[in-house]
Amino acid sequence: MSHRLGTGGRLIDRTRPMEFTFNGKAMRGYGGDTLASAMLGAGQVLAGRSFKYHRPRGVVASGAEEPNALVGLGEGQRFEPNQRTTTTELFSGLKATSQNHWPSLEFDVGAVNSKLWRFFPAGFYYKTFIAPRPFWKHVYEPIIRRSAGLGKAPAAESRDADRYEQIYAFCDVLVIGGGIAGLAAAKAAADKGQRVVLVEQTVAFGGRAVVDGAVIDGQSAEAWVAAQLAALHGMDNVTVLSRTMASGVYDHGYVLAYQRVADHEPGADKPRHRLWRVRAGHVVTATGAIERPLSFAGNDLPGVMLAAAVRDYVVNWAVSPGKRVAVVTNNDDAYRTALALHAAGVAVAAVIDARAEATGELPAKARAAGIRVLEDTAIRHVEGGKAVTGVALCRFDSDGGAVFETLACDAVAMSGGWSPVVHLWSHCGGKLTWDESGAFFRPDPARPPLGQDGQGFVTAVGTANGVLDTAGVLADAGSSAVVEVEAEAPMKPVWMMPAQADYLLRAKMWLDPQNDVKVSDVQLAAKEGYASVEHTKRYTTLGMATDQGKLSNINGLAILSDALGQPIPQTGTTTFRPPYTPISLGVIAGEARGGIFQPLRKTAMHDWHEAKGAHWEPVGHWRRPYCYPQGNESHKDAVAREINQVRGSVGLLDASTLGKLLVKGPDAGRFVDMLYTNLMSTLPVGKCRYGLMCNENGFLSDDGVVARLSEDSFLCHTTSGGADRILAWMEDWLQCEWWDWKVHVINLTEQFAQIAVVGPNARKVLEKLGGMDVSREALPFMEWREGALGGVQARVFRISFSGELSYEIAVPASQGQAFWEQLLAAGAEFGVAPYGTEALHVLRAEKGFIMIGDETDGTVIPQDLGLSWAISKKKADFLGKRGMERTAMVSADRWKLVGLETLDGSVLPDGALAPLPGKTPNGQQATQGRVTSTYHSPTLGKGIAMGLVHRGPERMGEVIAFQSASGGEVSARIVDPCFYDKAGEKQDV
Amino acid sequence: MSEVVSALAGARASGMVELADAGATGMITLRGDHALLGAAVQAVLGLAMPEVRRVVAGEGAQVLWMSPDELLVITGYDVAPGLAADLQSALGDAFATVAVVSDARALIRLSGAQARDVLAKLCPVDFADFPVGALRRTRAAQVAAAVWRTSDSDWSLICFRSVAGYVWEALVTVAQPGGEVALYR
Repeated sequence: MSHRLGTGGRLIDRTRPMEFTFNGKAMRGYGGDTLASAMLGAGQVLAGRSFKYHRPRGVVASGAEEPNALVGLGEGQRFEPNQRTTTTELFSGLKATSQNHWPSLEFDVGAVNSKLWRFFPAGFYYKTFIAPRPFWKHVYEPIIRRSAGLGKAPAAESRDADRYEQIYAFCDVLVIGGGIAGLAAAKAAADKGQRVVLVEQTVAFGGRAVVDGAVIDGQSAEAWVAAQLAALHGMDNVTVLSRTMASGVYDHGYVLAYQRVADHEPGADKPRHRLWRVRAGHVVTATGAIERPLSFAGNDLPGVMLAAAVRDYVVNWAVSPGKRVAVVTNNDDAYRTALALHAAGVAVAAVIDARAEATGELPAKARAAGIRVLEDTAIRHVEGGKAVTGVALCRFDSDGGAVFETLACDAVAMSGGWSPVVHLWSHCGGKLTWDESGAFFRPDPARPPLGQDGQGFVTAVGTANGVLDTAGVLADAGSSAVVEVEAEAPMKPVWMMPAQADYLLRAKMWLDPQNDVKVSDVQLAAKEGYASVEHTKRYTTLGMATDQGKLSNINGLAILSDALGQPIPQTGTTTFRPPYTPISLGVIAGEARGGIFQPLRKTAMHDWHEAKGAHWEPVGHWRRPYCYPQGNESHKDAVAREINQVRGSVGLLDASTLGKLLVKGPDAGRFVDMLYTNLMSTLPVGKCRYGLMCNENGFLSDDGVVARLSEDSFLCHTTSGGADRILAWMEDWLQCEWWDWKVHVINLTEQFAQIAVVGPNARKVLEKLGGMDVSREALPFMEWREGALGGVQARVFRISFSGELSYEIAVPASQGQAFWEQLLAAGAEFGVAPYGTEALHVLRAEKGFIMIGDETDGTVIPQDLGLSWAISKKKADFLGKRGMERTAMVSADRWKLVGLETLDGSVLPDGALAPLPGKTPNGQQATQGRVTSTYHSPTLGKGIAMGLVHRGPERMGEVIAFQSASGGEVSARIVDPCFYDKAGEKQDV
Repeated sequence: MSEVVSALAGARASGMVELADAGATGMITLRGDHALLGAAVQAVLGLAMPEVRRVVAGEGAQVLWMSPDELLVITGYDVAPGLAADLQSALGDAFATVAVVSDARALIRLSGAQARDVLAKLCPVDFADFPVGALRRTRAAQVAAAVWRTSDSDWSLICFRSVAGYVWEALVTVAQPGGEVALYR
């Protein structure tokens, strides 16, 4: 059984005991523990259940590669599933729960799957859930969904209690990995005066060397690491970040790094995670290597661990996985584990070595220490159920038929060799090469990821570069430090143990312990014709678990290659994609949550609207008042009241969101003539004209009133949502096509608060404010004047989108709120009230005015909307002119704008289609029109609508049927789209 | 004149840095050939043309390089219309555009040793080589902004008026104590 040793543990502080719970059971660890080391120290080996068979699972690794020991961490608003115990720093009060079992971790009903393993072969889902087809949605999907996933999602109503942020950083060299290679590379770059950022995913630096105990420049690796780190911390050109995992390498030296600022101190007043968005001139990956498991029967039992992880637990945290540990290996490095266990006073049952002979320096040391070494030996199978009780041994080069000895032990440390961590090298296109001597893929220095200059921008150093010995690691990282370390004899590639294992053994050899993929599954996939490693991955789910195959990848593709009878490099690897390990959704959102989830654009009167209880309508990033309900008034009633107020007396609209683009220069007239369909250059100074803008295809894009400010300048009003788009449209033409035209465009949208004063009493309100003459004579309809109103400098436009007497007044935005209040005070005697966008819509619809986005959808030309009057016949050209001349655009068979009046006075559903009998050539229901705008008109006391109808204007008076909301039909008469004051007398007074 | 209220109405906040709304500020956009604009700026404001991505500061006015054909003059709110008229006369009939934009933007001041660390959380800018008088047009989180350094520990940031509240909240959020990073030291 795993336990805490009486002494040692270079990372733990025994003076800081920490209480925590696992499945409600109180346990104790120490400061410096990971959750994994604390659980093992407390004797808790069983950590969870596997995905498919619900097999018992214990911790297998000591770092980010851990596939098994995943838990739910925290509770309530800080609950998070699938957290690796090996990368979770222990803190007092930590609460962890195991996953993927019912009713309990110790007794799991789902484990019956394990007994039925013959019925869950590779591709189980594909093979089982095929027929009958109707079952896909209603039977199979619910079953699969229920059994899918490991941890539980946080409760739907919970909200993340923590804060997150991002930061942009720039450097000449980004070094990823704080082992000795990374430290040496960082120091070398920093000494040259380069700006260096060094990131290390754990809290402690030094990587493997400090555990394995090399001697560097005459001092312990630990002392050497401390000295390097101190030197780096003291340099102004170096930023050192611990608890920071580089998660992805992207084009142009862009790297994301995930800093776990406060995971180890929940509730601290700090951002929990920070995402570093780094632009690096060069990236150095010093990401080390990951040890490979060995494939022998029962290698998934709790208590079977990676040999180096066992060493880490003993040396770093003074935790032994067992009282009597068997070490199984194909290389010399695992002897260090035997020696470390021995030195810590833990019994070593034997070192089981698959090689014919083990005669190197390390095996010699082991023998000298009295450790039994068994050569040419394999573990045939592990004995035990939820825990290891022993290992049965056979000759390595056999089928496992003859067990020559069974060794009693309660833990197994296995080493199948090492695989460099090539993920970050590979993310942006770095290629790999197969290393025969180490039996691993390593970065091919001739084919690095390329930057914009065609040069490699990533360099792998040290173990990550395939250099496994400590002396070579430092030299590879540019250090001349002298290293003393035991020489290692060659390893022997072992992909299956014993070498000729029979089927029953192979069906118990786990490749991917989280997703339960075994040697037999990959072999079956190959037999069934899966030749591509990418297909095999998806068919068997090998490497698709949350660890993304960090342990299983190489072993799996070696088995596949063997089954396909081809060398491993020919099989290749699956694609390495970011992130290296999962990063939190919170850090991806960063500061963008709550009130700053996205920009909210506010007009100068926004706070006033809010204080008056405006019901908001989003318009782009703006919020515009939809209506201003009073008391318990419904929105519908509020809209009706606002319309009646405008038609009967006077109302105010915050029109500040309308785009206001200043177009100025000697060629301004020529420019607006090209942009608008109508002739704008003839507009006299002081006057306004309604204009339409189309794209090159002739489709209506935007509309608004243009005011001529001076001989060489126009103020172009756009729709609220169109300001930025039209500005970009204008700049596009000016910069790319008509670059020699002398025109400037300046966006003045935000300079002005714009208020529409609308209704028969509008003029009286302005006259009360005093200042400029707003009489019909001084300021006729469709003209503008500048002057002072109520002491505020204003530009007043006589334009109307409602059919009423109307002034739109632009004042400096900083004075908008004050001016608004002046208007309210002056209008009080007329019962003045603000109105919202819905009233605006109804008012314009009563007048038959179109709205971009309602009557237009990107396929509508002005002629469809009865706007031919706004299309110049005199101009030689304008944007969209040729588009409008295409056959389909001039066809008499287009759907055109008409008014629609239901026979029963009801309101037509928005977007309703007018069906015709029969089908279209595409087999769809034939139609002859659709509703584009539809409202209840309080002015007329009935429903009114506009719509596009086939040859509509030719069919005045005809009654056609539209779909009703209930699925039936509503009859509507085709009428003129202008329902109110067709002569336009009310607006021109 | 009526009551003039800046978008942030004089807001102030403290955290890793001091944040302050600069209040109503005069701003004038100049568009045109920089040689033309430079002559007018020299004649009216007595200030030299800023170099690329630089600010030239004088008594009562700063001139910001905004793009190869654009400058922004920062001055007092009340004097901006008059200065704009003077600049327009100095430019005469030349192809150049002058527009008062005092109300179109918000100006936020940041001060403190950690100002660059706070800005780096919102703006994708390398602040290492960023002397006093340097300027960048960039973005602050999700919206357009420009930042420039007015002294060793003082910075100015402008954004459009409608998103001033958004930018302010974003700055206050990332400047909360506990968010220290020591990236720029």
